[in-house]
Amino acid sequence: MEALTEFIPYILQNLINALQRGSFYAVISIGYSMVYGVLMLFNFAHGDIFMLGTYIGFGIATLFLTLFAGFLPGPVIFIATVVITMFLASWIGVFVEVAGYRPLRSAPRASAAITGLMIGIIFETGILILLGAKRLSFPPLMESIAYNIGGVYFTNVKVLIIILSLFLMLALHTFIQRTKWGMAMRAMSYDFLAVPLMGVSINVMAPLTFAIGAGLAAVAGILYGQAYPILDPYMGVLIGWKAFVAAILGGRGSIKGAALAGYLLGFIEIFVATIFPSTLRDLIAYSIILLILTYRPRGFFGMEHSTKLRL
Amino acid sequence: MQLTVKNLKVSYGNIKALHGIDFSIEAGEILTIIGANGAGKSTTLRAISRMVPAKPGSVLEFEGEDILKYNTDKVVSKLGISHVPEGRRIFGNLTVTENLILACFARKDADQIVKDRKWVFDLFPRLEERKDQLAGTLSGGEQQMLAVGRGYMSARKMMLLDEPSMGLAPLLMLEMFDALKEINKLGTTILLVEQNARLALKFAQRGYVIENGFLVLEGPSNELLNNPDVKKAYLGA
Repeated sequence: MEALTEFIPYILQNLINALQRGSFYAVISIGYSMVYGVLMLFNFAHGDIFMLGTYIGFGIATLFLTLFAGFLPGPVIFIATVVITMFLASWIGVFVEVAGYRPLRSAPRASAAITGLMIGIIFETGILILLGAKRLSFPPLMESIAYNIGGVYFTNVKVLIIILSLFLMLALHTFIQRTKWGMAMRAMSYDFLAVPLMGVSINVMAPLTFAIGAGLAAVAGILYGQAYPILDPYMGVLIGWKAFVAAILGGRGSIKGAALAGYLLGFIEIFVATIFPSTLRDLIAYSIILLILTYRPRGFFGMEHSTKLRL
Repeated sequence: MQLTVKNLKVSYGNIKALHGIDFSIEAGEILTIIGANGAGKSTTLRAISRMVPAKPGSVLEFEGEDILKYNTDKVVSKLGISHVPEGRRIFGNLTVTENLILACFARKDADQIVKDRKWVFDLFPRLEERKDQLAGTLSGGEQQMLAVGRGYMSARKMMLLDEPSMGLAPLLMLEMFDALKEINKLGTTILLVEQNARLALKFAQRGYVIENGFLVLEGPSNELLNNPDVKKAYLGA
């Protein structure tokens, strides 16, 4: 009985941590998954777009805190930072599409992949040149209040991270299902070449897709900065690869799948670390994913698509 | 002339698909281009809707405007030329209604869109019965209806049709061509390419015969139907 009263809070505690970690992966991997689904392209710069978004969020947050910290309540500053960062970061997405990928639209996919990696390196070294190699610390956007319910510790920030992530994913899902732009995106993931015949401009849809992915990645960056408040120019690399894995695991172009896989990855990582030494965390987490992909190579919700993707 | 095509040349890599063809269509006309598989029929339509690039020196004019200035989506939304592609290419992961809504992506005339959709559903009642179904679950004939309905919703002045009879049962084929007649009656010019030459020539007022990337014959449909060469090569007589 005593073992149980200790065991349940322990599980719940890890569950909350896993939800938080999964939220980052989910929100970032959705951006990966959308670009892959809509444009048949892996945007390998996505992790570094996340990094750049975090830096923008850092700048906006610092600015707002110095200007308004006295008069405005924490949550207002938080929301304002998120909204403005999202807007600014989405232009990074547009830039990456227009300058990086658009000229390569009819080139082999490998060229686009190399370009993505190169854009990532440019972003990393750009920040390195601009701000130096020193690590920055993300300021807390609101006062953290800790709660303890039955031995489970959590903070208001943690709850906000989880809720905001879920809200963003729900909003995106609604956008994809209900608006004509969402319809066009779904249609592109089915038959890319037939979409312009509907009067849909690829030169509008492609930057839009990138913009949404980048905006989400930047929000994830702010949330990440609240949980792990250290910024460095290479912070996006590992997270980017993890989000990539989650996008693959979720299935091509599936928002639902990417979100689910992101959370799953968070859960596996947290729970593996509670049982095994944390150095084995990634090894075990990716072994599990490899196993899943062996039996479901298309991922969770990977849909069939027109076999005729080119004329 | 509504559409003028002069010296249209298209190549896929080193392979020449069209060797400089000339033809034109008057507004409201039904024109057909018949020919064998690989003769260049689909390529002609794809060049008009800018899905494949035309070689320099090609002239494509629609109502006095240079088509080559526009991308595919603008050929549809600005010039008003719809293209019902070979193999239907409907979006199987969208519902029937969503397919029709997407076709109006660039249109701003919300009232007319509602009327047009109703007209399409009147033309093809089967589509209305299945309007909330995923388009991928439709039968081949229904998918072709959706492809034509979608084309009609996307643009109105001219419709390019690529093998609309392909894979249809004979009765459905006739129904489909009746529907196309209805669309033409409302003022849409029709450019049809077909392997089913007899059907196409009975439907059209005028026709061209394409062979290996050259237009080799031109004339009113009934003349072509009685032309001994056409009979021998395409009508199986």
